Amino acid sequence: MTHAPEHAPKMARLSLSDRLEPWLPILLVPAIVVFGFVLIDSPGSWLTLTVSGLAMGMMIFVIASGMTLVFGLMDVINFGHGAFVSFGAFVGVSVLVVLGGMTGASSLALNLLALGMAMLAAMAVTGAMGFAFERVIVRPVYGSHLKQILVTMGGLIVAEQLIHVIWGGEEIFIGRPEMLKGSITLFGATLEKYRLIAVGLGLILFLAMRAVLRGTKLGLIVRAGVENPEMVMAMGYQIRRVFVMVFVAGSALAGLGGVMWGLYQEVITAQMGMEIMILVFIVVIIGGLGSVEGCFIGALMVGLLQNYTAFLEPKLALISNIALMVAILMWRPQGMIPVIKAK
Amino acid sequence: MVRLFLSGDDPQSRILAAILLIILFALAFAPFLFPGTRSLETAARICIFIVVVASYDLLLGYAGIVSFAHTMFFGMGAYGVALATRQMGTGYDALILGTLAGTVVSAVFALVIALFSLRVRAIFFAMITLAIASAVAVLVSQLSAITGGEDGMNIRIPRELGPAFRPFDEPVLGINLSGRHVNYYLVFFSCLIMFLLMLRVVNSPFGRVLQAIRENAFRAEAIGYRVVYYRAMATMLSAAMAALAGAVFAIWLRYVGPTTTLGVEIMLDILLIVVIGGMGTMYGAVVGTAVFILAQNYLKDWMGGASDATAFLPLVPDLLDPDRWLMWLGILFILSVYFFPSGIVGRLRGKT
Repeated sequence: MTHAPEHAPKMARLSLSDRLEPWLPILLVPAIVVFGFVLIDSPGSWLTLTVSGLAMGMMIFVIASGMTLVFGLMDVINFGHGAFVSFGAFVGVSVLVVLGGMTGASSLALNLLALGMAMLAAMAVTGAMGFAFERVIVRPVYGSHLKQILVTMGGLIVAEQLIHVIWGGEEIFIGRPEMLKGSITLFGATLEKYRLIAVGLGLILFLAMRAVLRGTKLGLIVRAGVENPEMVMAMGYQIRRVFVMVFVAGSALAGLGGVMWGLYQEVITAQMGMEIMILVFIVVIIGGLGSVEGCFIGALMVGLLQNYTAFLEPKLALISNIALMVAILMWRPQGMIPVIKAK
Repeated sequence: MVRLFLSGDDPQSRILAAILLIILFALAFAPFLFPGTRSLETAARICIFIVVVASYDLLLGYAGIVSFAHTMFFGMGAYGVALATRQMGTGYDALILGTLAGTVVSAVFALVIALFSLRVRAIFFAMITLAIASAVAVLVSQLSAITGGEDGMNIRIPRELGPAFRPFDEPVLGINLSGRHVNYYLVFFSCLIMFLLMLRVVNSPFGRVLQAIRENAFRAEAIGYRVVYYRAMATMLSAAMAALAGAVFAIWLRYVGPTTTLGVEIMLDILLIVVIGGMGTMYGAVVGTAVFILAQNYLKDWMGGASDATAFLPLVPDLLDPDRWLMWLGILFILSVYFFPSGIVGRLRGKT
């Protein structure tokens, strides 16, 4: 007679590593910060670099979040996303130039109002562009990645050239609004005011996006659509319509990110979107396609790592991000937070 | 005999066959048909780009993989030759060794990229290659101590390939032959051999498997072909071919620099030629390259004239400015992906 198999319930806790595993991606960000603190000997420069890394990460997140959701929802890869970044930056800067009286005034309220108007204008234009882009360029090539890559790349080229036609010239230098210039000193570190604002704005956007995705019905449909679009369609929701909304929102966010980035660099060029897209791709891949949280974590990691390595060994800045991507893909081939299960 | 050279892949259309013959004839006798330095430069450029584009088509058209790192491999071959000649001095051994080194390095690089990106999703490959290629381009311009930075490097090639060398004292067919012509025929024949080799590859069982994977990767895997292996092999082969073409290009130009080999614009040109010529047809590379490079040379002049002629209109002259020609190419590119996915060659062969 054989013994009955052992199936009495046990009250053992999961081991530490098992409990830690879901949190690992989130813990990677503080890990990089600590890593940077160890390698950079002066705490002052470390703090400065951390803030600018976070600011950069937030901006990349704002740009990349739309792209990752678009991919998640409809399996559409948009190489033309960078066009919205460039267009947003040019529109925003044009508005700021027009509102020169407000940006030059030494009143924080007026400065922020001008900045807000520039951002809204940029978002409106790139949102409308996103709507047109989805209709004209993306819609005919649903379902074929190869054609999507080719066609959206073509769209990017045309959009970049249109910037040259409309604004002419090569690059535009811009100054930040009066009250956002300069920096404050904290614990011996110089922190640029604008970077602190960029961090705050990025954080607010992330929390708002999270609230929409987790707290509203629309967010529920979007999240469900990312996991399994056929099922959501079977439930009777028009996922195409949701997709167009997400595409437009993502384009508008990219435009906003473009304005933020332009003011961060204080110079804008038609190619800037394409250059940022390289970081965006890295972020989207390591975050896990379709995951907003993964995108946020990935963006912060890339921003921090980029700033730390640029300080320690300038020539390795871009390489370090690629090394990060390789390492993460070896660890989790689907990205840190894989969400797309049905595809 | 001809079929043997073409690996059994007939042009399948009289017009296409005629066009191909004209291109072959024109390139083979370019120094005699079109005397002058500029036309010889154009002819050599066409030869080299046929190979670059064909090797890209091997990846894009046959295996269905989008890569943005093709110019990186092209550049590796070119820089291989440049670095070898600087280290070893002028000589054929340096040229051969540099070519081999560049080819091996780019094949290994391609294998590594393929292994960690194609393993997961073929779509990662496009994004990862874009990131890596731009990082390499930045690195090449930053490490100026090794690569010459933005200025690039001049290459000293053996005297027999330079303009000072005279193989014959008497003019041949009315042309004073120089080492430049010897160099041209080196380019021509190496490109011809590489092209026929690629034609052989795509018409082999290996090429058929690639096409099967392009059509339906899942089914190919189910039949028993290891998709990752085939895709990685195609990537390697394509990278190695691009590097060889890059080495030939460097020997021809006697110069390498980031803009001539690694630039984004060259990558876009390659993409465009493949789509216009016809994805998944090696002959598309030939026809597309010839049309594109000739158009590039003459269209810009025409656009300049048109821009001046419409100077009284608003916006139109800006749109027709020769610097904006990339925009028209972009529009042409989008339209051809939508309406002529099989390109010129596909049209001529009667497949839509």
